[in-house]
Order: sequence, then C-alpha cells, then structure tokens
Amino acid sequence: MSEKTGTGDCTRRQFFMHVSIALGSIAAVLVGIPIVGSILAPIIKKPKPEWRVVGAVDSFKVGGGYVKVDYVNTSPLPWAGVTAQSAAWLRRESEDKFIAFSVNCAHLGCPVRWIEGAKLFMCPCHGGVYYEDGSVAAGPPPRGLYQYPVRVNNGKVELLASPIPITTV
Amino acid sequence: MNFLKRAWLWFDDRTGLSVAIGPIARHAVPPNTATWFYVFGSATLFTFMLQVATGVTLAFIYVPSSSEAYQSLQFITTQTTFGRIVRGMHNWGASAMILLVGIHMIQVYLTAAYKFPREMNWISGVVLLALTIVMGFTGQVVRWDQTAVWSTIVAAEQAGRVPLMGGWIADFILGGDTVGGTTLSRMFAYHVFLIPALLFVFIGFHLYLVIKNGISEFPRAGDPVDPANYREKYEAMVKQKGIPFWPDAAWKDMVFGFIVICTILVIAIVIGPPELGPPPNPSDIHALPVPDWYFVFYFAFLALMPPEIETYLMVFGPLLVGLLLFCLPFISNRGERSPLRRPWAVAIVALTIASISGLWAIGITSPWSPDFDAKPLTVEIIGADSGPLWRGGMDFNDKGCLYCHTISGQGGQRGPDLTYIGDRLNANELTWRIMNGGLNMPGFGGTLSNRELSDLVEFLASRKKK
Repeated sequence: MSEKTGTGDCTRRQFFMHVSIALGSIAAVLVGIPIVGSILAPIIKKPKPEWRVVGAVDSFKVGGGYVKVDYVNTSPLPWAGVTAQSAAWLRRESEDKFIAFSVNCAHLGCPVRWIEGAKLFMCPCHGGVYYEDGSVAAGPPPRGLYQYPVRVNNGKVELLASPIPITTV
Repeated sequence: MNFLKRAWLWFDDRTGLSVAIGPIARHAVPPNTATWFYVFGSATLFTFMLQVATGVTLAFIYVPSSSEAYQSLQFITTQTTFGRIVRGMHNWGASAMILLVGIHMIQVYLTAAYKFPREMNWISGVVLLALTIVMGFTGQVVRWDQTAVWSTIVAAEQAGRVPLMGGWIADFILGGDTVGGTTLSRMFAYHVFLIPALLFVFIGFHLYLVIKNGISEFPRAGDPVDPANYREKYEAMVKQKGIPFWPDAAWKDMVFGFIVICTILVIAIVIGPPELGPPPNPSDIHALPVPDWYFVFYFAFLALMPPEIETYLMVFGPLLVGLLLFCLPFISNRGERSPLRRPWAVAIVALTIASISGLWAIGITSPWSPDFDAKPLTVEIIGADSGPLWRGGMDFNDKGCLYCHTISGQGGQRGPDLTYIGDRLNANELTWRIMNGGLNMPGFGGTLSNRELSDLVEFLASRKKK
C-alpha cells in the first residue's frame, strides 16, 4: 500500500509512523524532565552552612590536644537518625582562638584519628598522616586536612557545619 | 492424573506455550557444548534468580530509612523466622554471582566466543558485568552499618576526582553534600529497582542473543572464524551433528546449578550472613571501611598506586578497562579461537588473575595502614625496666612509632621493621631520620623534647643482632 497523500512524497503510512514516534518521544521528554530533575536535585540544591554549638569555651583546655566534637550536619532530615551526626577535630590554641579540621582524610575521605602522643593525625585506610597544623606529613593525601571555620559566641564554641569535603581536581 | 493431563492440554491449547517455548528449549546445539565447561553462564543465571528471590524476601522486612535500616537488619538477622538464612543466602549468593560472572567471562574470552557473530553477546555481557559490580557495591551500602557509611564517602571521594564534574557526581552518590537521610533511600532505589530492572532487560537480551546466534562451539585449533562463511558452517554443523539443548545439554547446567545453589544454602546456614558493624554513625571515627572480599583487590589498588598519578588511575583506570572490554570484539572479531593459538589471550588472563590475586593477598593484611591495635613493646623486648633505654622504648610505644614500625614481631608494617635498626644506622643517622622524617615518615622534630629524642635514639641504637 503506498497511497499518496497529495503533499509531496510522504505516504499515509509514513505519516502515521512519524506522528506515532513523535508523540511517544514528546511524552517521554515531558515526563522525563521532572523525573530526571528530581533525581538530579541533590547536585543542584545546596543547603546553607550553619553554625553549630559544639561546647562551652571553658570545656576546652588551652594548648591541649585535639578533641573530637560531634555536631548535627547541614541537612538533618527527620528520618536521618544517627546519620545526621558529623564530627570535627577541635583544639583551643589560645584564650579565644580555636582551630578545627574535618575528620575526613583529604585522600579518600576516611576518618582520620588524632594520635596525641605522636601529635599526628593518622588515617587508617591508606596511611595518610598529617601534622598538628593539618599539613600532610606522609602518605597519599594530595593536600592538607580541610579546616572548618570556628567562632566563639556567648561563651560557646560554634563550628560552621559544612559539606563533607570532596577533593576535586 | 487424567484430570491434570486434561487440564494441561486445555491450558496449552489456549496459550500455545509448548509450541512457543518447546522448539527454543529443544533447539539443536553443537555436541561439544554439552560439556561441564559450559555450565558457568547458566549457574550465574541461577544465582541471579536466587538473589531476586532472597532480595524480595528481605524487602518484606527491611526498612530503607537512614535511621532505622540498621535496626531492621538486626531484626531480620536475629528475630525473624529464617531471616538469618535468607540474609546469608543473599550475601553468599552475591559472592557466588560475582565469582561465576568472572569465570564465565574468562572462559568466553579464552575461547574467543566473542568473535563474529557474537559481538553483541559479549557487549551485553560487559554491561551485565558492570551492573553486577554496581549491585555488589550498593548491596554493601544498604547493609547500613558503619562500613557502609564510610564506603559511601570513599566512593563519593573517588568520583570527586573526575575532572570538571567530580563534585556533582560525588553529591549525586551521597544524595546531597553529606551522608544523611537522603543517602540510603537513593542507594535502596538503585539496588532494588533501577539496577535490577536493567539486569532483567540485559539478561533477557543476552539470552535472546544466545538463541539467535547459537551457543558458540568449543574451538578447535586451526579452524579460524571467517565472517564470510561462519554462519553457514555453524548451521550446517548443527543440522548434521547438533543435539537438542533440552535436555541433552541442559542437564549438566541443572546439576551444576543445583550444586551451586545448595552450596550457597549450606554456607548461609553454617556461616550465616556477615556480622553487622557498629551503627552507621558518621561521627564514630573508629572505622576502617574495608569492602567485601570481591572488592578488596581494588581497595589494595587504591592504597598502592603512586599518589602523583592516582587521580588518573582512579578515574581513567576503570574507564579504560571498561572501554577495552567493550571494544574487544571490534579489535578482533575473526581468526583463531582456540586458546592454543592465542598465547596473548592466555597471558592476559594469567596476568590479570595474578595481579588481582596479588592485590588480594596484600589487601587482606593492609600493610600500608598504621596498626592502631598494635601491642605495646614489653619490658622483655625493650630489655630494661628503667633508665633511658626503657624510657625510649616507652616513647616508641607512646609517640606513634609502634603504629608503623615493628620491633621483635610487634607493631605495624607501614614502615621498615626496626628490630635490628641499630645494625643499619648509627645514633646520628637515627636522630636525623627521626627529626626530619623522609620517604613516607613524618618528621618528629617539632614534637619531641630533647630528652625524648635522645632516649628514643638510645633505644633504637640498641636494636642489634646479638
């Protein structure tokens, strides 16, 4: 069957074919936008960093070693439970000066441990080691530990809860 | 009996199932494929079916919520009827499936079954391999314990090294910019909906291609594939000598599949599922996220690659391997198929197995990690219970030296064994090395007091062969 429609070379059958394929594709794209958009949303929508209280100023000894402080991360959903917890290494350098590092190794994100005797941060995964100022002492990390902003507010130490630091190139 | 037979005849008449499926089941296959060498593909399929059945069963009880998944896994393992066995089968079934996929792939590669006209059989198989690996990873993550959380972070960090888009991919994996409420729901959706749907599609396609192109005959040396006449030769051979797949060849698949499935069941009963680690608390830093055994070789690879080029290896390494596998049938789709005439293929397989096994062996002991649980040196090892020697030994314990260095069998393996260091370095050299570090050792110049340093040096200098 090759009925001519009268409008050029397009047969009636080809017309039906093109219309069917076009309708299917348009419908797929239309529903695809909200679907793909919803799935990709986490890479677009960023929560704002927020200050979190990690303890009273007096609870940290001046010149002591690093202390692990826990805080609630930037996007604590009601069903996050214990996974909303984050941690940082905090040290009181002087009366009102604090320094805080991410617990995530700059290599591949494993949790580094502060070894008080050695005055080093050590990573259990691939052997990354950092000095007490956060700079790389040994191992594969391409850069030092990530620092978090800290401030003192009304006698409380506050830490700017930030995303898990991702080392990019 | 008579009624059942009549019922079947009625059903078959109305549905036409035996007419539709019978000829496919009984299609003629080359007689030399009805051997025990050809059972691994079907065994992979049987383990997949087991994974679907046990996975659906687990989903009846599992709660895919970041805060409750852990408790629901404990509940499955300890309190539900047969829950421990079902979880065990799902875990060991995954191991079996990865193992069988590997064997199946090696066998197809060694006998060059990917050559004309089965290029698409191979390519769909490569896609299935990738999907199976993603299932393995997401499966370890939905086992939502401490290791799962840190593995997710490590995966996101690896993805972060992709040029330009790294940060986006990392956030996509985490479901945001931290681990939290969104992470597990997404991993669950990958693991039970998205990837399985793709697996069903590609397994169907893969099987369709096996029927369409026929099971590849066991190769003979000196009988090269020529696309010009391969199909005629194959069809003529099958017509002349072929035997029906069902049941002449398939019974061996059934026997081997039966053994595989029963083995998984027995292991699930005897050993059970893997212990859950501590709860998935990202602020609990006493974690060492080692993946399940089938990823340990890659874990070792990540630790051992030279830091200067690791970004390239991490990102482009897997991409390159995937691309090579994908392109293989286009690189060579004709010629000899027998491994006897393809020494390079045999060498590549041997080399791959050797390097993966080597990485495995190292990965299990992880000598590149500081050993935080190292037993402190005792008075007997130190050789004194007071004085500078003893103080130096205690400093060795306390200042972190022990985590990386072994003395008399105790300590970590990251750095050199120092049992006889006194024979190799004198006091000056020891002082210099401790102060400045070097190679992969931090310098301790800024943290040790003069007395600690001299004690340590005295202690280390005393480490000599008698």
